[in-house]
Amino acid sequence: MNAGETPALVLEGVRISFGETEVLKGIDLTVAPHEVVCLIGASGSGKSTLLRCVNLIEPLNAGRVVVEGEEITARGVDENRIRRRIGIVYQAFNLFPHMTVLRNITLAPREVLGMDRAEAEEQALSLLERFGLSDRRDEYPDRLSGGQQQRVAIVRALAMRPHLLLLDEVTSALDPELVAEVLNVIRELADEGMTMLIATHEMGFARDIADRVCFLEDGRILEEGPPDRIFTSPENPRTRRFLSRIIAAGRL
Amino acid sequence: MLGGRAVLVSSASTVLFFAVIAVVVALAPGSELVAERFFSPFHLWQSLVGTESEPGILKAFLLNVYMFAISEVLILILALIIAVVRQIPGPVFFPFRMVAVAYTDLFRGVPLILILYIIGFGVPGLGLTFFSYLSDITYGIIALVLVYSAYVAEVYRAGIESVHESQNAAARSLGLSRWQSLRFVILPQAVRRVIPPLLNDFIGLQKDTALVSVLGSIEAARAAQIYGASQFNYASYVVAAALFILITIPLARFTDRLIARDKRRREAGALA
Repeated sequence: MNAGETPALVLEGVRISFGETEVLKGIDLTVAPHEVVCLIGASGSGKSTLLRCVNLIEPLNAGRVVVEGEEITARGVDENRIRRRIGIVYQAFNLFPHMTVLRNITLAPREVLGMDRAEAEEQALSLLERFGLSDRRDEYPDRLSGGQQQRVAIVRALAMRPHLLLLDEVTSALDPELVAEVLNVIRELADEGMTMLIATHEMGFARDIADRVCFLEDGRILEEGPPDRIFTSPENPRTRRFLSRIIAAGRL
Repeated sequence: MLGGRAVLVSSASTVLFFAVIAVVVALAPGSELVAERFFSPFHLWQSLVGTESEPGILKAFLLNVYMFAISEVLILILALIIAVVRQIPGPVFFPFRMVAVAYTDLFRGVPLILILYIIGFGVPGLGLTFFSYLSDITYGIIALVLVYSAYVAEVYRAGIESVHESQNAAARSLGLSRWQSLRFVILPQAVRRVIPPLLNDFIGLQKDTALVSVLGSIEAARAAQIYGASQFNYASYVVAAALFILITIPLARFTDRLIARDKRRREAGALA
């Protein structure tokens, strides 16, 4: 990050508990504009919760979240206004099953940004076209493959022109042969300079796309650094142990 | 699919079943009397169209349909409001939620006929400027709406709760407000899911319009009773019953079609 540039996202001492269990135990993380940060770690390490607190879906117990210089965890901040700038794509797609692909994509631009129908549809169609989905515009989500649904979900998030995109295990619910089509879309977004925070189990992908990789365990970031260093010579013994298990499972 | 032998067995079983019933009915003492008192073609027709002294059931039945149609619309609206209020989160809305819960508890718990008496005889007794001088039918509709809204609100609530929380999360994270998420994402899915149970309640409502007769309105059941009492023939009850059945069957088929259409639409399009 250049000196004086406002970070896209800053987390300071973020703590979240579900009942008695503390899921995030003090997270500090800064993401620069146009940076791609991958969060790796075992299931239950807090990756998803971390993403969900950035767009205020999960309330914080302590700490601050600052997006583009604005503290969004401050009292009285309009959460709807914040969420417009932050896109999130979920593992389970979460498309709206009673709406066509086109309506899924145009709903928020029309209702939240106040775009008129023609403008919203034009934007949606050009996004669909770009990701090879234009023939699916009038389908209902149930009729699409998992990979197509996830690409539609990404398009739906992009239609809000977010400054920051959060991706939560977006390929984990997909059949192996459908993973590539979704990863290619994300790669394309990274090449265009989209700022992204990505929770993933795809280590090869993380290594390939990330500017920085953070290893989470038990609600803490244990190690972070450029992917080449993290994946080849991790310093923390627990990172080493996690990666050796991944390698043993043939996933790197 | 049934095999050849199974078809044979099921046909034989069906014929035998109805033959036994027919024989039992025909041999029963008083079966001729039943035919005359309940199924006399003359009385069936005359009670349907009415005489100079007795009201026709068909015309009276239009009153049931009228009360049903008006109250159904009002119930759909009032019940939705109650269901939505009941699930608004936050401490500020606690009294509103409490009122919604109390409403449902109260009007589901009290028999409709008591509510009819309380509204139909009680409110006129208050001597209020406007509310005490309405027609019996209006009081009947008010009572039906009050009671059935409590049931239908619970049906809506079940529908709302059946929509997975992740749908709301997806809507909110796109920047939609709580209200927009409810309106565009949650409620449309919830309502689709509860159409069959809603229909069930509306069939009940259609039949319960007959209870408004306790306030003095001459609707189909009351007209049938008047005819039966003066002609000593109960074909009028059969006629009224048939009319109620005739209107619920199309309602049921209509709902089946709505469900099928929704299913078809979601599965339509280019079949990959």
